[in-house]
Amino acid sequence: MSSEEKLPGWREIPIAGVPYKPSTEYKTGDWKVYKPVINYEKCTKCMFCHTYCPDGAIKIREDGFPEPDYDFCKGCGICAEECPVKAIEMVKD
Amino acid sequence: MAVKQIVMGLNGDEAVAYAIKQVDPDVVAAYPITPQTIIVERFSEYVANGEVHTEFVAVESEHSALSACVGAAAAGARAFTATAANGLALMWEILYIAASCRLPIVMAIVNRALSAPINIHCDHSDAMGARDSGWIQIFCENSQEAYDSTIQAWRIAEHPDVQLPVMVCLDGFVLSHTLENVMTLPNDIVKKFVGERKFVTVKNHFGKEVPLILDPENPITIGPLDLYDFYFEHKMQQIDAMGKAPKVIEEIGKEYGELSGRTYGLVHPYKLEDAEIAIVGLGSTMGTAKIVVDKLREKGVKAGLLRVRAFRPFPVRQIVENLKDKKAIGVLDRAASFGAYGGPLFNEVRNVFYDQDIRPLISNYIYGLGGRDMPPQRLMTIFEDLQKIAETRRIEKTVKYIGVRG
Repeated sequence: MSSEEKLPGWREIPIAGVPYKPSTEYKTGDWKVYKPVINYEKCTKCMFCHTYCPDGAIKIREDGFPEPDYDFCKGCGICAEECPVKAIEMVKD
Repeated sequence: MAVKQIVMGLNGDEAVAYAIKQVDPDVVAAYPITPQTIIVERFSEYVANGEVHTEFVAVESEHSALSACVGAAAAGARAFTATAANGLALMWEILYIAASCRLPIVMAIVNRALSAPINIHCDHSDAMGARDSGWIQIFCENSQEAYDSTIQAWRIAEHPDVQLPVMVCLDGFVLSHTLENVMTLPNDIVKKFVGERKFVTVKNHFGKEVPLILDPENPITIGPLDLYDFYFEHKMQQIDAMGKAPKVIEEIGKEYGELSGRTYGLVHPYKLEDAEIAIVGLGSTMGTAKIVVDKLREKGVKAGLLRVRAFRPFPVRQIVENLKDKKAIGVLDRAASFGAYGGPLFNEVRNVFYDQDIRPLISNYIYGLGGRDMPPQRLMTIFEDLQKIAETRRIEKTVKYIGVRG
């Protein structure tokens, strides 16, 4: 959440710590140091990266290729580690 | 006009169990511990006899007992538990979670001294350790009040302005194991008084107004992660709810009074109006103190007392109004706050008078630790001390320990 955003006061938010926004609106992608970059020449659409991503941050496009969502990817590098054809490179964000 | 009532011979624990039987909550999760055991025993008999519809969860610890209540209450159930002393201490973590998740759980605390050395008898050190956890705390004078307050507690906890858990505190053994005549209301009247649990609504993560309940049809998350950007706001909401609780406690106490003939408030004064000296305290000792006040009145001493029924929320205004014109007041604490300047009740009572232009001389009497008895003659010495303070306008020693061997 950016610091410029005006946050609601205590009278405006739900009680009991109930979140008033879906977690998808809470961008967490800025935690990362390295980001995965997919080489689509090498990618075989095996979906290992999609399956292994602990944060569900690699979606499958309509053409069947995976694509990281950098708004939520934390740069853990598991996808690059698991890719059987080494099509994912971790590069400095 | 009060409804027709039945007199029953009940001790404090049985009075609580009987009230809970009449309320018939959805879930009771409890672990037996002296002197609360009778509540769990009696209630499990009601369950075994099919007299209630309650799901009774026999848990392996108090931590689990309250955790089960948290889950049940979040899922929309009426949930009850009861404990004492070390059991309450084991619940400590979950006390804060129950209050922060705004779950209207009701819990009976049968006040008992904390170990070590191990001691099963009454003092208020257990409840005082939970005073900052966000629970409402009601201290009962007798078993009748334990019955009455256990019924009222649901209405207070579930009130839309409050939505906080409630502890009903009764003195171990003095009340829990002492047979008393208790006036009980008919089942249907109790049922009608507590009604069905109603839910406040909150905005869910899609901005839709939904009931504050875990429901697969309208999913919400209760109490997940808060960092420095939201935690303070959620604590403000709890502070605000506590601020609204005094009015609700008084309203419910009055409504219950119209039904039963027994009205309850935040504080209960006794012969206080024209009193020059008075004691302030919690629980059953204040019942004994009434006899002492009567004796002093016979001798022409203008003595009175103020029993604090609600310790949380602390009834600031009511304490000032009732005591501001007294010459000397003595605050009785049945708990030591190690390293503090006096007991917890004393600290709060003296604090509220700091802003007053006219205020009484206030001293502290710590008594009854580990069940040390507080007979009338011992209370009499406190009143004598207060008389001396009122006459000399001087407190020689602010914090005194009553009934301890030198």
